[in-house]
Amino acid sequence: MEAAAGTLISGLVLGGMYVLVAMGLTLQYGVARIMNLAYGEFVVAAAFAALWLFSAVGLNPLLGLLLVMPAAFLVNLLVYGILLAPLVRRAGSPAALESDSILATFGLLFVVQGVMLAAFGGAYQSYPYLSVPVTLPGATVTANRLVALAFAAVIGGGVWLWLAHTRTGTAVRAVAVNPLAAQLVAIDVKRVAALAFGAGGALVAAGGVLVSMFLTFNAAMGVVFTMKALVVVIMGGVGNLMGCLVAGLLLGLVETAVATWVDPGLTLAATYAMFLAVLVARPAGLFGRAAR
Amino acid sequence: MRIGYAVSKTGPNAGGASITTIPNYELWVKEVNAAGGLRLGDRRVPIQVTEYDDRSLSEDCVRAVERLINQDRVDFVLSPWGTALNLAVAPIFNRAGYPQLAATAVTDRAPELGRRWTNSFWMLGTGQGAGAGLAEVLGPLKQAGRIGDTVALISVSDGFGIELANGMRPALQRAGFRLTYDRAYPVGTQDMAPILAEAARGNPDVFVACSYSPDTLAITEQARVSGFNPKVFYTGVGTAFPLFKQRFGANAEGVMGVSGVDASSPRFQDYLRRHQASAGREPDRWASAITFASLEMLQQAIERVGRIDRAAVTRELQTGSFETVIGAVKLQNNLLTDLWQVGQWQDGEFYGLVPTNKAGARQAMLPKPAWRAA
Repeated sequence: MEAAAGTLISGLVLGGMYVLVAMGLTLQYGVARIMNLAYGEFVVAAAFAALWLFSAVGLNPLLGLLLVMPAAFLVNLLVYGILLAPLVRRAGSPAALESDSILATFGLLFVVQGVMLAAFGGAYQSYPYLSVPVTLPGATVTANRLVALAFAAVIGGGVWLWLAHTRTGTAVRAVAVNPLAAQLVAIDVKRVAALAFGAGGALVAAGGVLVSMFLTFNAAMGVVFTMKALVVVIMGGVGNLMGCLVAGLLLGLVETAVATWVDPGLTLAATYAMFLAVLVARPAGLFGRAAR
Repeated sequence: MRIGYAVSKTGPNAGGASITTIPNYELWVKEVNAAGGLRLGDRRVPIQVTEYDDRSLSEDCVRAVERLINQDRVDFVLSPWGTALNLAVAPIFNRAGYPQLAATAVTDRAPELGRRWTNSFWMLGTGQGAGAGLAEVLGPLKQAGRIGDTVALISVSDGFGIELANGMRPALQRAGFRLTYDRAYPVGTQDMAPILAEAARGNPDVFVACSYSPDTLAITEQARVSGFNPKVFYTGVGTAFPLFKQRFGANAEGVMGVSGVDASSPRFQDYLRRHQASAGREPDRWASAITFASLEMLQQAIERVGRIDRAAVTRELQTGSFETVIGAVKLQNNLLTDLWQVGQWQDGEFYGLVPTNKAGARQAMLPKPAWRAA
């Protein structure tokens, strides 16, 4: 019983981290329609920003969020305005935009990675913050993981409120569902898409800052985050925040359960087996609406 | 004198290469050129460096080494970082007759490779050696009744993790230990809590993780947090990194891992200072000093030959004795055999424990002290 509780808690904590890292992509890919391959690089860049604020300025990462998130919002807005908006303008179809944005952000990946390598070198980084044990029934978890989970919940809840209960949020959802129809009801799709991309960037940064408290990272690790975020977002249904939440937590729970009761060597296999099963049963993802 | 190398500045190997390989290559070139260059006969020839990023891909590394040899026509090529890349480029070094000093490759096939490619030198030992080393530390302690016979072993299912685990299992079993838990986990596992909870369940006296750097930090952190404190706590790659000490401070005390150094040696201390001054950070306590020693050997071999004659330099490396930061080195059948197999953090330094008859060897500290609050 206690072991089951421990597995549940560890799984939720891990799943919360996946949700945190994937939330930004669901906005960038689902709403702004940009398949951002440099996504993981932005996670790592935010982690480096947190490390730098922590070690050079002495600012704790949670306060660091207040600086890093707005900065990331602006940077992503710029990236969208300069690099991606021209692609959006000339794209004839969503498929064309998807392949163009994949190519452009693939290039961006190397630029961001190169800047990080030049600034911080390729070595592994890790710093201790809030790494005190918290004993829960069946499991002992570090406070920083719990704090990250709590922030994931708060940020996720905030984004959900924004999407569901504000005028801008409604516009964002409208664009996610159907960009062409959204124009018919006087939504400025370009502005909304830029906003969603920027907001997605701010969420990415939040994820990066929070995971930097407990993960060891280096400049070359971005792709790990991109892959995990992609699995979560596609499994949950592109552009659906609730889907992202459910898929992320499910992934965390399954991985932990498999590691505990079956074999830790099979966690990756379990992840992708589940991913496949979901896609076979519901090609648009758990919460996605099938395209007509 | 033109010297070239391909090394992983980006990609998954960058973490290791930027700690172990790049700073030592840079330090060596800086020091040699500050002295006026390599001594060829009665003149000094400065080193010109050609460097490529192999992006952690063996195809890129192979291409870069071929280019260095055929197109850039460098006089000597330094080896890339890591076992896989050194294996990938070994045939090219061999065909072109360039000596290859593989200071960051651990492979059980090293003895066979040294025979097959007589220009290749394998300097970081084998998984078998590291496994036998740990058994050599733990066997007598078990006989003296200071530890029980239970071992929990976890390993990353990738190159070095598999090889180290394969070296550990038979050695520990021969020494009379029993594996209560033996599981592998995939590369990039980000949460060690469930694995560690299972490993701790049998309350083993010995815990061995054949892990990679990020895992080593995560495992140690999770063990500390969950209060899992076996009498022997051994982790893989990364244990000997300065990052480990920086991250865990006093909690590093008593943790064992592959390799080690003789920190009491003035030569090592001097190297530590020079490395710190050049790179702005400390070297790791595993392959860093060995990498630097491999360069000192190359330099001494070239200077003894007195001209750019790669066949003669290779012969000198096979048979000569060299004075290096890790002491006097003489290779046996193209292998560095006199190296630390097991180390342990003691008083803030990662001392070598085995071979016990090697100068500077320390006694194992047992049991590992309790974790403190960070």
